[in-house]
Amino acid sequence: MAKDLARYARRQRKNWIVLGLSLCATGVGLFFLGAILYALLVEGIAAIRPSLFTEMTPAPGSDGGLLNALFGSAVMTIVGTVVGTPIGVLVGTYVAEYSRGNKLGQAIQFINDVLLSAPSIIVGLFIYQLMVVPMGHFSGWAGSMTLAILVIPVVTRTTVDMLALVPNALREAAAALGTPKWRITVSVCYRAARQGMLTGIMLAVARISGETAPLLFTVLSNQFWSTDMNRPIASLPVVISNFALSPYPDWQRLAWGGALLITLAILCLNITARSLASFGSIKQ
Amino acid sequence: MVDIPSSSSRVLQLRGPQHLFDRLFRSATLFFGLFILLLLGGVAVSLVVGSSAAFSKFGLPFLWTDIWNPATERFGALVPIYGTLMTSLIAMVVGIPLSFGVAVFITELCPPVLKRPLSIAIELLAGIPSIIYGIWGLFVFAPFLQAYVQPFLIATLGHIPGLGVLFAGPPFGIGILTAGLILAIMVLPFISSIMRDVFETVPPMLRESAYGLGCTTWEVIWRVVLPYTKVGVVGGIMLGLGRAMGETMAVTFVIGNAHQIRTSLLAPGTTISSALANEFTEATTPVYTSSLITLGLILFFITFIVLAAAKYMLIRMQRQAGG
Repeated sequence: MAKDLARYARRQRKNWIVLGLSLCATGVGLFFLGAILYALLVEGIAAIRPSLFTEMTPAPGSDGGLLNALFGSAVMTIVGTVVGTPIGVLVGTYVAEYSRGNKLGQAIQFINDVLLSAPSIIVGLFIYQLMVVPMGHFSGWAGSMTLAILVIPVVTRTTVDMLALVPNALREAAAALGTPKWRITVSVCYRAARQGMLTGIMLAVARISGETAPLLFTVLSNQFWSTDMNRPIASLPVVISNFALSPYPDWQRLAWGGALLITLAILCLNITARSLASFGSIKQ
Repeated sequence: MVDIPSSSSRVLQLRGPQHLFDRLFRSATLFFGLFILLLLGGVAVSLVVGSSAAFSKFGLPFLWTDIWNPATERFGALVPIYGTLMTSLIAMVVGIPLSFGVAVFITELCPPVLKRPLSIAIELLAGIPSIIYGIWGLFVFAPFLQAYVQPFLIATLGHIPGLGVLFAGPPFGIGILTAGLILAIMVLPFISSIMRDVFETVPPMLRESAYGLGCTTWEVIWRVVLPYTKVGVVGGIMLGLGRAMGETMAVTFVIGNAHQIRTSLLAPGTTISSALANEFTEATTPVYTSSLITLGLILFFITFIVLAAAKYMLIRMQRQAGG
């Protein structure tokens, strides 16, 4: 009996140790989230002032803001989303509504999932070869196309998942009324899956608004105000990257300010997207 | 999907514009579906074309040459490949146990009220862009490591024969180890959320019967949950590995960007993606640019295989759970 009890105690001890460790692991994860947000707030708030939103990126040693970078980022993110989203939705529609699980549909979904996690710098290299080299210069358009390619897999993925949740009874009911298939998809399925698809788009926007690596050699950057998408244009992540790596304290401060802005925007997008998804209309 | 009578069905003959719309819509979805396949092919082709100049000059030895000298135009991929593998290895060694712990905590221990907020908080880590990890790593994490952790590592582990060479040299703060640790933090949310998902596919009856036999929570996880979800767990880990190898900005900021291989983990190094981010716009000669694109091709090749394998395993896991 004593032996059994000792063994039982040992098993219990082991259990508590391991579970304690898993609690620690969670603590470590949350600690780093907290540490990053804390550093961003402390360093970033010092840099937030009205001039950040009204002035251009400065030369070292002089005052300035991030207006041109904010503008460039906004324009490229919008163009990237506007180009990428419809493509992603259509691909998702093919996989979910038309392929009916055939080989092609499976292949598309597989490749799409691989693209979803593929390194973004590779996409940048692709656009460099496809657009920058033939055009002979870096440009805002090249950056937008890079971002569009990064949007597609995210939107496709959520579209497929969300359309799969639409009950077949809805499709059948619409079909019984004599509705053509395209109308069923657009007016019934999209409508039922709307919230989930919107979540996907928001996650995609969140993803591309922080992308830096592929922009380094597709858009380059620009110290001045520029609205010419055919030319290099400033963008927030690239400016953060350049300024943070510079030796000038003024620039580093601006980089922290930009980093805070971008992180807050992305966290808001992520949280909104997730609450949209969880309060979504589709219940199984 | 049910087979809803489409325009081609004899029962429901659609006429006029509806018929046309139907075909147009279907073709559009099919067209962009094929476009996805083309996109991946296009990426591969463009990288192969771009790398041809470097490949014809250096040939296959490019892969295991450790010279990187823009002045003499001699290039080899060994140092960035080593850096990529080494940083990913550190990320996995540190990140897998942490992710496993988080997944176990969320699925087995966490009070139901905390479950959602906690999952969201961990997943927010995944939403923070790479560049933020970079700037935080450069200004906060690396100085912290330099001041506290690295001197401690050098003083303790540095004296152990054999193992010591990994922790030799001065504490730079930035270097392979720092990059690996930041990658570990970055892959944690990916791996743990997949582990959590696959853990939840275990049929409740399996767990309940194990508990009924008197197993402790840990025994249920180790003997029942893990064996059942093995394939999915490995898939999740490989997905994390793929991410770690492709991460760019965070690594670029803290790795030091030195084209050298040192045995010490504290020494600066470089990875494929950080070399690309750092040097691409500075590459002045065609051979230099082409060598960098060849690095990109190697990265594409490695990550594609890792990600495809991960995806394959996760799909198998889903089928197992579904069937």
